[in-house]
Amino acid sequence: MKVLGRIYLWAVYLFLYLPIVVVILFSFNNARYSTHWAGFTVRWYKVLAGNSQLIEAAVNSLTVGTLGATLATILGTMTAICLSRKRFFGQKFLHGGIYLLTVSPEIVMGIAMLIFFIALRVELGFATLLISHITLCLPFVVVTVLARLSSFDEHLVEAARDLGASERQALRHVILPLILPAVAAGWLLSFTLSMDDVLISFFVAGPDYEVLPLRVYSMVRLGVKPDINALSAILFGVTIVVVLLVQTLIKVRKK
Amino acid sequence: MIRAIRMRVMGGTSRFFRIAIALSSLWLVLFALAPNALLLLVAFFTRSDEHFVTPVLTLDNYIRLFDPTFLTILWDSARLACIATVICLLIGYPFAYIMANVRPNRRPFLLFLVIIPFWTSSLIRTYALILILKSKGLISELLTMLGITSGPVSFMYSDFAVFIGLTYTMLPFMILPLYASIEKLDRRLLDAAKDLGASSWRAFVHVTVPLTMPGIIAGAMLVFLPALSMFYVPEMLGGAKSMLLGNFIKNQFLVARDWPLGAAASSVMTIALILMVLVYSRVSRRGVRNREGGRGSGGALRSEGGMR
Amino acid sequence: MQDAIIELKGVSKFFDDACALADINLSIKNGEFLTLLGPSGCGKTTILRILSGFEKPSSGEVRIAGICMNGVPPEKRKVNTVFQNYALFPHMTVAQNVGFGLKMQGLPKDEISRRVAEVLRIVHLESFASRRPAQLSGGQQQRVAIARAVVNNPLVLLLDEPFSALDFKLRKEMQLEIKHLQRKLGITFVFVTHDQEEAFAMSDRVVVMDQGHIAQIGTPEQIYEEPENLFVARFVGEINILEAQICEVRESGQYGAIIDGALFPLRSRHTFAQGDKVMVLLRPEDLKIGAPDETDGPCLAGVIEESVYKGATVDIFIRLAGGQRLMAAEFFNEDDAEINYNPGEKVSVAWVDGWEVVLPDDPGHTDARHGRD
Repeated sequence: MKVLGRIYLWAVYLFLYLPIVVVILFSFNNARYSTHWAGFTVRWYKVLAGNSQLIEAAVNSLTVGTLGATLATILGTMTAICLSRKRFFGQKFLHGGIYLLTVSPEIVMGIAMLIFFIALRVELGFATLLISHITLCLPFVVVTVLARLSSFDEHLVEAARDLGASERQALRHVILPLILPAVAAGWLLSFTLSMDDVLISFFVAGPDYEVLPLRVYSMVRLGVKPDINALSAILFGVTIVVVLLVQTLIKVRKK
Repeated sequence: MIRAIRMRVMGGTSRFFRIAIALSSLWLVLFALAPNALLLLVAFFTRSDEHFVTPVLTLDNYIRLFDPTFLTILWDSARLACIATVICLLIGYPFAYIMANVRPNRRPFLLFLVIIPFWTSSLIRTYALILILKSKGLISELLTMLGITSGPVSFMYSDFAVFIGLTYTMLPFMILPLYASIEKLDRRLLDAAKDLGASSWRAFVHVTVPLTMPGIIAGAMLVFLPALSMFYVPEMLGGAKSMLLGNFIKNQFLVARDWPLGAAASSVMTIALILMVLVYSRVSRRGVRNREGGRGSGGALRSEGGMR
Repeated sequence: MQDAIIELKGVSKFFDDACALADINLSIKNGEFLTLLGPSGCGKTTILRILSGFEKPSSGEVRIAGICMNGVPPEKRKVNTVFQNYALFPHMTVAQNVGFGLKMQGLPKDEISRRVAEVLRIVHLESFASRRPAQLSGGQQQRVAIARAVVNNPLVLLLDEPFSALDFKLRKEMQLEIKHLQRKLGITFVFVTHDQEEAFAMSDRVVVMDQGHIAQIGTPEQIYEEPENLFVARFVGEINILEAQICEVRESGQYGAIIDGALFPLRSRHTFAQGDKVMVLLRPEDLKIGAPDETDGPCLAGVIEESVYKGATVDIFIRLAGGQRLMAAEFFNEDDAEINYNPGEKVSVAWVDGWEVVLPDDPGHTDARHGRD
């Protein structure tokens, strides 16, 4: 029974990872169309590096990802601190709004944003993409930070106040250092989310400001090409590093 | 009462809190509520060729949703997503169950292996599948090598490929909440059931499954709803034949330019979602009453992924 | 310095509509060890939180060192708190935790480290200064919490059930340690607990609280031996309650009363008239059990129902002729091993003259008494 379970476990992992491994392997395969191994090469990575459209899209994605993740993290952390520490007018509203964002299907969010920006006559492009990505990431940051905030003793802030710290000092010396790992994790998750997003970007990115997933999407639709394999391998590698970092940061809390 | 006490402590309205609350409220009103409200409104407007919509109120868009063409799409779409969800559950439940029974020190690593695909771009992962499923792809070559087929076979551009694609991309979304609720299950309850004469199977059906129901429902929601909207999966794997609600909505906005119809279809999707969330909170509340289990999987629903 | 360091005048507190404190008047003397004792929800923690500034009284006035504290935020008060689960900052070392308050005051670094070292020596934690709270045992964490509070030289130290996370043995040790610390520092301690033994062991005075009211204020001896009402009598230990009727009023608080058909002399600070119904309260250890014909003077006749071995004592349950059940606690005596009674044995019950507490009849007491049987 135990052996059977273990086999099942690894069979599912095989299912999950085989395609990814295949993509990575083929990105080093010195053959354009064949599935047969024709020797090791980094040729496709060079092709990738020469694709200026792709590079531009990647830079755009990095810009939106970094900026969006940072702003979403700042806003989300502030929101989480408010939600955890205060009873105030409109708290239910704030909770409800975050919840709405959490459960909204991405495609509906994308369409709603599209209609909203068109109605306000905002030209689609960098700004609309940034706003949409911040909104997409916001609930993830709030939930991550909120989980961290509720994991430590509720009296810590009181203890700080009792020892003579003003509200601001309590925030700076107690709350912020304690939630820092969660804030960083929230940033990284936001960054990944923004880098990977197709469904929202699809609607709110203008024709002049292309991001990586959209570029990949249009390349993929034209068929399998080895340079896409190389790109996928890179993106996959980035995700592993980010997730690894997030896991380490979240684990800090258990110490 | 303790909670009430704590909340009042920070009652002094400092500037930081006022600014923070104002900012986040403003953001939510502007970029969460307003767009969604607008979407609902557009669903009642009339289509216009110049400006996408004209503000003439009508129920026509919803009536058009009852058109057989749309109903067929809706039905097919729900069928595809539903089958994908069931497959995910059937694969995911034993997986999560086994994972939750592995020695505790090995669990983080196994969990990590599930989390990586969870956070990896589903677009890239769908693309990766093509390499396996296409003609002269990995499966095709394997079958030829084993002598089962004589020439290259393609599994692409079929409902089958779409099932594989949806299952493949959504499986981690099913496993994580399931694992969260199974891991929290008090093993002594199973011992108690067996002590009272239940067979392993009956203990599973009458104890494990009901207590992990919040996880099952959370997982089903995390798979079913995004599966409806992942329009690029059928576009990449299914060709023109299979269509999801997501494809339909996308086409209304980008191809047919029929915004009001697309908005109406979106609101149908949102309503389906709200109904499911209500069911979920019902079940998980019952779970909380039974044990503390519900909160964990509810947390999993929210923290692990939301509706990606 | 004035005699009363803390004064509560007519303090009430409502949460939404629920009354947590009703018109509390309390004056705490400078340098005393005062305990707020009561069951959970009686308002004792609310008083503490009003003193520390985390709660605003709905009405009434709080004075600390003669200055009205209404509206003064926690950080501006010269009181410090030891929290229930210590609330140590997990991201700081022991020294940083202890120095936090001084840092907030903006003191120079060398003075902070000097005072931190000094107070860590007092609580015997010199060698743990660079550890994190998570690396300390429960008792050590407790000491850090105390050191962190007293290093600021507060006028009053507030302790909110500080021992609830400790095991029995450690709790006993810490009780003594805190008591000695209080004597050494000479600071007023206000201590909150629901454990009457703890309260008695440590306090100069005890305030027993019940549903937002003060039930009694007094020294531990007064609270235990002269409870002013049924709530206090019941809360601070086991008690037997006998119904009696006054049949003679003698001089200076002395009465004669009929209990279960026998005439007993009673003493009380309350005034009764002939024919009044009263309750006679007796601690189990004050009851004397003897053979039916052994005792001289008035006694009650009863039958042994059960005896329960408790180590240092034996608890003996007796059913009186009138149907009431009494509990007596007998201490083992080296010379007289014969306190083992068999169920069904007939005995007489009496008590040392004057050790009884007599209270006016409280119609509510009977339900509660039957509930206790």
